[in-house]
Amino acid sequence: MNIQSMEPPAAGKDRPVAAPSLEKNLSGELMDNEQMPAKMSAKGLDVFYNGKQALFAVDLEIPERSVTALIGPSGCGKSTFLRCLNRMNDTIDGCSVVGEVAIDGQNIYDRDLDVVELRARIGMVFQKPNPFPKSIYENVAYGPRIHGLSSDKQELDEIVHKSLERAGLLKEVKDRLDEPGTGLSGGQQQRLCIARAIAVSPEVILMDEPCSALDPIATAHIEELIDELSENFTIVIVTHNMQQAARVSHRTAFFHLGNLVELGDTADIFTSPQDERTQGYITGRYG
Amino acid sequence: MAREHIVKSYDEELQLLNNSIIEMGGLTEAQVNSAIQALTNRDSDLAYRIIDDDDRIDALNYEIDNQAMRMLALRQPMALDLRKVVAALKISADLERIADYATNMARRTIPLSETPPVRPVFVIPRMGKLVMSMMKNVIDAYIEEDADKAEEVWHADAEVDEMYVGFFREMLTYMMEDPRHISTCTHVLFIAKNLERMGDHVTNICETIYFLIHGDRMRLHRTRKTRSDRLLSDIETEE
Repeated sequence: MNIQSMEPPAAGKDRPVAAPSLEKNLSGELMDNEQMPAKMSAKGLDVFYNGKQALFAVDLEIPERSVTALIGPSGCGKSTFLRCLNRMNDTIDGCSVVGEVAIDGQNIYDRDLDVVELRARIGMVFQKPNPFPKSIYENVAYGPRIHGLSSDKQELDEIVHKSLERAGLLKEVKDRLDEPGTGLSGGQQQRLCIARAIAVSPEVILMDEPCSALDPIATAHIEELIDELSENFTIVIVTHNMQQAARVSHRTAFFHLGNLVELGDTADIFTSPQDERTQGYITGRYG
Repeated sequence: MAREHIVKSYDEELQLLNNSIIEMGGLTEAQVNSAIQALTNRDSDLAYRIIDDDDRIDALNYEIDNQAMRMLALRQPMALDLRKVVAALKISADLERIADYATNMARRTIPLSETPPVRPVFVIPRMGKLVMSMMKNVIDAYIEEDADKAEEVWHADAEVDEMYVGFFREMLTYMMEDPRHISTCTHVLFIAKNLERMGDHVTNICETIYFLIHGDRMRLHRTRKTRSDRLLSDIETEE
């Protein structure tokens, strides 16, 4: 491998630098994730809010069954990018998207694509837990019901139980499924939202700062959950907490001023980032 | 090399850690220098002083460990900062070891000062000079954050190794010629070995400095090591 200098490359300043992967990775797991095929990919993605450009020609591949973290300062475009992945930006007035986002090779911005079906394939978890003002059971059962995933009550019960179990919440709530979801603690509510998201068997789960409203213990539960879920789901997480990105993700993408600056294995990004801007941000030197 | 942190006390702590390493480097360099002086001048008083002064280096090593550990726990350093803290831990451990070798040299100097000198001992100052210049340059490379200089120092160790191998051979011949020299020669041989090991620890520091600056391993062919090993094993089978 060539000796890499700490200086950002002079040419193509706004093009992402791929961090060189170590010859011997820290664990075999990283190697496996490297070989994962892309589940989703963005090509030349530009996003405008009322004519003002928020994302500039972003190319990013998201490997299957792995965790990709998006980091960067406020307003860098990471949440905008996340919302492009399941067309949440469609709901924002004045937002226009140019370029391509594909899931399994299919462009999700195709005119004839069913957005409702798309959002069942790509679930989302938000910053603040937002359970429906319904029972715990109904919160999880809602998605499978409207998407017609169960034929009878028994099947629906099964989905609800399985989803709560996978979200690590079943033990804590199994005797009070009829109680309102809003009565749970913050961390439990967030796990309920994750249970709700996985109840419709999505392929990809998008998380927009899922732990920023939670205490460290609840955060640890969510992080453990993310780790477990990554065995079956493709996860993209936006986080302001760099340590969290380092802890939970396999790949990390650093955004700055609407550009994807650097993308690489998380271990490489946090020990030897190639771009001066990435280094400045993750070490707390960012202007 | 990098801009200042938003949190100023973070920079201050990193600076403090850096200063401690430089201080420890300076003290270690002085110990090695004194050890060579004590041997050359058959100066037992100086040798005793070296043994006493080793405590200061051990204490500094302990302090650096604490500083680094505290930063890891409280600052959770990343990227360059992480490499700085890890480098401080590794470099201080190597310096501590080098200082121990200087102390070992001093310990052997005391009985040697009371026996007649053996002829080959005059190689020691030459080897010592080389190790001293490696020490000085590696500390400069650290202060100047100069990876090229660290690489140069790394290469200089080959000469120390070769000198040691030659010296070893010479000492064996000398001891065989007159077994009365064995006791003295063994001390001298161990001293040469201490110097050779110092050189090895200096190369460790070179590699750490390189990683600190580039975030990547120094990729060099370590043929010289295998070569000196081969030379030594040749000698052993000859006997």
